[in-house]
Amino acid sequence: MNLSFFDQFTSPCLLGIPLILLSMLFPTLLLPTPDNRWVTNRLSTLQLWFLHLITKQLMSPLNKKGHKWALILTSLMTMLLTINLLGLLPYTFTPTTQLSMNMALAFPLWLATLITGLRNQPSISLGHLLPEGTPTPLIPALIMIETTSLLIRPLALGVRLTANLTAGHLLIQLISTATTALLPIMPTVSILTSLILLLLTILEVAVAMIQAYVFVLLLSLYLQENI
Amino acid sequence: GPLSERRLVDVRLGELPAWLATCNLSPQGLLGGVRKAWSSYYDKYINVKRGGPAGISMLLAGYCLLSYGWNYQHISKISFLVSV
Repeated sequence: MNLSFFDQFTSPCLLGIPLILLSMLFPTLLLPTPDNRWVTNRLSTLQLWFLHLITKQLMSPLNKKGHKWALILTSLMTMLLTINLLGLLPYTFTPTTQLSMNMALAFPLWLATLITGLRNQPSISLGHLLPEGTPTPLIPALIMIETTSLLIRPLALGVRLTANLTAGHLLIQLISTATTALLPIMPTVSILTSLILLLLTILEVAVAMIQAYVFVLLLSLYLQENI
Repeated sequence: GPLSERRLVDVRLGELPAWLATCNLSPQGLLGGVRKAWSSYYDKYINVKRGGPAGISMLLAGYCLLSYGWNYQHISKISFLVSV
């Protein structure tokens, strides 16, 4: 049986238990709850430092009401970061390559920001649909454009994450196939390709972290407009 | 000590069926066993004063091996050196 290049994204099952379940539960092991001690172990110290860093970064532009979202945004960021980075290990499964999971994360959170804005300050939220200083004849067209851009946000959030990670994994698989196929034929070209593979892996590590950050940053921006 | 109170590493191979008979195989019992195993691993390798990358790396290596085992049936059907 010949494997197509997209087979790495199918969710494998063993005895009826899909691997996606394990892949989503594994990060909980890597992030232990720190005990109530003054000096914790190094893993907990690193984790606390990192959580402080992202919480400060995400919450500084938000007003006091927005700070209620601190827990969900930081935990989302941590989960996406660990899931993306774990997916770069060999043979592992990355749940964020599945569009279903990313849409399930993006759509409810975006809808929550929208409904919060429309419920608590409807005129301000609707006012975001028209930028200041637009010439009067352009107003109807611009409102339609801004509404479309508003409604496409959850789709963009989900698809951005999926596409970036899927493309990265696919590229890694293609280039590594090329490297192994070239090895008996032209070893020098194979070494060049393996250099490209090394650079690509470094890029993928960066992309994994950046995509998680961008997802949560955009959500916090949408929240800033509406809260 | 008595068989039911010994940990798994202290049980001899011949006594294994007898030890399995004494332990609590309900879901709560199994969950308690998993929690005890995890906390003994965590306290021995990660929750130490001057821990290094070793504790987490063993965990990640175990995760890779587990994923390999989960995927084995799928991976074993690849045929190399066949043009797509």
